Amino acid sequence: MTDNSTKNKVLWTVVTVLVLIYALFPVVSILATSFKSPSDLTSGKFLPSSGTATTSNYEQILVGNAQDLFLSALRNSIGISLIATFIAVVLATLCAYAIARLDFPGKKLILTTALAVSIFPVISIVTPLFNLWRTIGLYDTWLGLIIPYLSLTLPISIWTLAAFFRQIPWELEQAAQVDGATTWQAFRKAIVPLAAPGVFTTAIIAFFIAWNDFVYGISLTSTEAARPVPAALAFFTGASQFEAPTGAISAAAIIVTIPIVLLVLLFQRQIVSGLTSGAVKG
Amino acid sequence: MASITLNNLVKKYGDGFPAVNDISIDIADGEFIILVGPSGCGKSTLLRMIVGLEDITDGDLLIDGKRVNDKAPRERNLAMVFQNYALYPHLTVYENIAFPLRLAKGKHSEEQVDKLVTEAASTLELTDHLQRKPANLSGGQRQRVAMGRAIVRQADAFLFDEPLSNLDAKLRGQMRSEISQMQRRLGVTSVYVTHDQTEAMTLGDRVAVLKKGELQQIASPRELYEQPINLFVAGFIGSPSMNFLPATVEGNTLKTVLGDLAITPEKAAKAAGKRVVLVGVRPEFFEDAKLVEDSKRGHGSTFTASLTHTEWLGNEQYGYITFDPAPEVRELLNNLARDMDADELRPQIVVTLDAASRIRGGREAEIWLDTRKLHLFDPETGENLTRDAAAGAALTEEANEERAEEIANAQGHSPQDSDRSRQGSASESPDSAEAPRSAGSADAGSAGGATAAGGGKHTAG
Repeated sequence: MTDNSTKNKVLWTVVTVLVLIYALFPVVSILATSFKSPSDLTSGKFLPSSGTATTSNYEQILVGNAQDLFLSALRNSIGISLIATFIAVVLATLCAYAIARLDFPGKKLILTTALAVSIFPVISIVTPLFNLWRTIGLYDTWLGLIIPYLSLTLPISIWTLAAFFRQIPWELEQAAQVDGATTWQAFRKAIVPLAAPGVFTTAIIAFFIAWNDFVYGISLTSTEAARPVPAALAFFTGASQFEAPTGAISAAAIIVTIPIVLLVLLFQRQIVSGLTSGAVKG
Repeated sequence: MASITLNNLVKKYGDGFPAVNDISIDIADGEFIILVGPSGCGKSTLLRMIVGLEDITDGDLLIDGKRVNDKAPRERNLAMVFQNYALYPHLTVYENIAFPLRLAKGKHSEEQVDKLVTEAASTLELTDHLQRKPANLSGGQRQRVAMGRAIVRQADAFLFDEPLSNLDAKLRGQMRSEISQMQRRLGVTSVYVTHDQTEAMTLGDRVAVLKKGELQQIASPRELYEQPINLFVAGFIGSPSMNFLPATVEGNTLKTVLGDLAITPEKAAKAAGKRVVLVGVRPEFFEDAKLVEDSKRGHGSTFTASLTHTEWLGNEQYGYITFDPAPEVRELLNNLARDMDADELRPQIVVTLDAASRIRGGREAEIWLDTRKLHLFDPETGENLTRDAAAGAALTEEANEERAEEIANAQGHSPQDSDRSRQGSASESPDSAEAPRSAGSADAGSAGGATAAGGGKHTAG
């Protein structure tokens, strides 16, 4: 018995370490690269050569000559992703609630459509969208990116939230109504507090999707007015045409990872499920 | 406090299937009504129609004489206890109980809320747990919180949807008596859905037996037990359930698989013209022939049979006799079993014997059967041919009087001074014990319900 559990523990530790290495190695590699000086990039070593570690890459993108390109892109990314996430979550909450609770014609259709939209290859609609946006004047604007981002974030938000709402016992709402609540009060006082973790989880997923998008970002923008970070990285250039901008790109990649990590750490407590335990007989 | 009247209520779902079909019940003020039946009989649907969570397809629902069909649940002022408690997990016990009060904005000051919640909590012995979350409570405590939420507001009636089905047997018995006492103390009209016989028999002033959306019989537990209206009610009420034996009537004798049973000429007359009847025999009508007192022996018949096995329970024992019925009777018994939610009914007879009996399985034994209380059923319609409606109504009437007295006692009043409020909610005419009554007889009300209504009135003061 003891033998077995010790064996298990060792096995699990080994597996966990392997997975961690697999997942984190690229991140660590980029982190190391971001501190390398241009001449050190091709050294073939993992870490910067001793004594040559430098923060010049960060200086370049934050205060140096790539500053305009990067900071405006960061601003665009944050703004566009937050707005797209917010709209997606609000719409998806209402939609998912209706799907989970009400029986209306076309319910299946909505879910199927949502699924179809999310599996539709982005690259195939980007060209028509490019033409359309140019005609109606949405090209290279925030709105011009928020709308396609909604098409990416809404389906997954609706699916996640619908699954989440289905877990909340319907009796809670009915009990609230019998206790004297209007439909809206029952939703706000009995359902929303319980749905909060689900909404946070969905919001984070939606934010990731919008934050990571590259295809729309590079196709539907042309200037700093709306270009998000993933697209902007492609426009980084080295100090001369013979110099690869690898260091600067690495530094930018590290910086755009930080908000995501912060988000997860911040909402970690909200994401814990199991908040509904105790509502009904468990 | 209120009376509730159900007039020909119908609930049809999208596919046109009537989950509740033409049910009419008059529930008097302060009365405790049980809705009982096998699963899928529409009892929960009916309850949810009363509280307003389920639309009414047809018919009228009146609370205190006012039609409430189209009112939202919150406008009906009813309190409901759900089967799975439906507590708000993000709120403490205190806030859970206070929830209905907080929703009625402006009606209660903070001190009043505190006072009402504290009162309700002490009634239910929850005072120590007020600051805990439902997740940390045991099943029984959660159940009490759900009750607390119901009693904290002055609701017109309590509705219970199988509130004890999630508790273990011991706790269930305890909560059952608590609910019963609380109902008497508050004198609140209550409707209680259950599939548990014991709850139905012990809690109810009247019990409504439903089958496939239709009301079979509504009467006091004793009337249901002693004067069931048909095969279904007879078989459903009582545990172990009534035995049904096919028999032919010849003069004043019933020819059954157990032998010949002598019955009174009146009973025999009622079965006249039927080729085959089903004899309904409760297990306790049987006795070990050796242990029957001579004074009683004359009231029954004795036969010999071989028991397959016996079960000794301490206070009594059950014996089992198998028999082989004709195919058409077997079919009938199987249908009946299906109606009652049971598996295929084994054609066996359960007999209750005195604990002292030495009869054991496998041996021939002499068994005595009390034939006075037998019922004869028409095997085709299921109708009880020998039902004594007057005797049944008398039993229900008795139960009504007892209720009035109990409520009065629980509230510290004598039953007499409730007479002045006899204007009361029409209910229980003697024939309301007869299954679905016609809508017209609603005003044929008599003293039964009104007295009780008076008993309930005092809580308001």
